[in-house]
Amino acid sequence: MSQDPVITFRDVSFSYDGPSVLRDVNASINERDFVCVIGPNGGGKTTLIKLVIGLVKPQKGSVEVLGTSPDQARRRIGYMPQQVQFDPQFPVSVLDVVLMGRLGQGRVAGPYRRRDKTVALKALKEAGLADLQNRSLSSLSGGQRQRVLIARALACEPELLLLDEPTASLDPAVQDDLYALLRELNERLTVVIVSHDVGFVSAFFRSVLCVNHTAHMHPTNELDEQKVADMYGREVRLLHHDPVEHSGDGS
Amino acid sequence: MSEFLDALIANPFLQYALLAGAMAGVACGVVGSYVVARRITYIAGGVAHCTLGGMGAARYFNVVHGWTFLHPLHGAAVAAVIAALIIGVVSLRAKQREDTVISALWAIGMAVGILFIAKTPGYYEDLMSYLFGNILLVSRQDLYLIAGLDVLVVGLGLLFYNKFLAVCFDEEFARLRGISVEFYYLLLLCLTALTVVVLVTVVGLIMVIALLTLPVAIAGHFANRLWHVMVAASLISIALTTGGLAVSYGPELPPGATTIALAGALYLLVVVGSRIRVLIRS
Repeated sequence: MSQDPVITFRDVSFSYDGPSVLRDVNASINERDFVCVIGPNGGGKTTLIKLVIGLVKPQKGSVEVLGTSPDQARRRIGYMPQQVQFDPQFPVSVLDVVLMGRLGQGRVAGPYRRRDKTVALKALKEAGLADLQNRSLSSLSGGQRQRVLIARALACEPELLLLDEPTASLDPAVQDDLYALLRELNERLTVVIVSHDVGFVSAFFRSVLCVNHTAHMHPTNELDEQKVADMYGREVRLLHHDPVEHSGDGS
Repeated sequence: MSEFLDALIANPFLQYALLAGAMAGVACGVVGSYVVARRITYIAGGVAHCTLGGMGAARYFNVVHGWTFLHPLHGAAVAAVIAALIIGVVSLRAKQREDTVISALWAIGMAVGILFIAKTPGYYEDLMSYLFGNILLVSRQDLYLIAGLDVLVVGLGLLFYNKFLAVCFDEEFARLRGISVEFYYLLLLCLTALTVVVLVTVVGLIMVIALLTLPVAIAGHFANRLWHVMVAASLISIALTTGGLAVSYGPELPPGATTIALAGALYLLVVVGSRIRVLIRS
């Protein structure tokens, strides 16, 4: 595993016309790391991700992504937003959605090229959806839809995968499947996930980025209850996720 | 029905009407699918009513000042595109004020139109045909104009299909892929505006919305990809405008209103039919 940082925050501060969401953030994420971003709601997790893809700009400091600016790096990032609000009636097939990952890679107008289709089909296969390509998106389950969005991010042929709460509305078994898929992808990609599902952290990830207006990076084996409690500013318990069968979603 | 067929062969005005309806149907199917998918029917409604201002002004300068080169459809097209751009820019810049602006343009466009028409001889007939359509009065010259708009709208709509689909489906993702979401949104609004102009001739500006949305809504029950919806909605629209003409011809009903009534009836039938199918299955 190489140790070059793919994402570097230097003294980053950001606010949306009000109190600052992030203050003096200094953190870096190394290549092929598998990072979970955790922290309380409103602590700036999603804002941090938006800074990485350049959807918002820091008022102070700088963000470097894949050795360049977020705007330049954007097309090399596979991004999956938090809770995409689909119109359930939107007439679109699974393959249509995944092909959107190929946009901005060449032709201005007209149909997709053959290579775009090949890449999209490969992404679908990787996400375990090969046999669903012609189904309409509205006919899929929640877990399958999340996989479609991951496949769409993979179709961008990214070097970095950013997922904002990919498991928010999924049941635990489906969440495990999804994390297993992401761990496979981590063999060749840097993967960063936003989650408030602390119970999963130690089981699946290499590192944890704790975000609450400021940010601190920890290897997962260093994370203990005191650190999490400090960050959340209140008493919390870590739930360890053992490989035994159990009920409840552990959040 | 055979009476209509005989009349169709004998009368060029019916042939023109049929052609105008068919061309409008294709624009309806393609652009209407985007409009329904992106949920901008209210914008289309505002744009449609603004065309009255343009048509009224064009007719006024044509009749009163002798600007014979000016056709009401020219005025409609200019007014529609200006209205679409104003609404588009406002909705991109200040999202929360969008509906206020649409409502304001909606009414102002009508007011301007009525003022011009009131000062133009032949007031009543003009107003009625703008509001409710005059497909039986379509001339050869109108037909060329409609054909030109149709080619432009359908051509651009299909050429940028992938981009429009992405922008309608997930704007943020499209932006991240380096697509100028603003440009394609404004382009889509302009195409909607020009489609509205084509439709105004067929069913009049008040009923434009019905023809833009109902065939797509009907097609949506049977198709699950956007381009399938487009093809189906185009065919349904053509069938409806043709059916409207045929049904209205014998009893001398207004063809625009007949077309819309047919569309409404078919939509109702499909909605009730699919409800019943769901009930039987469960």
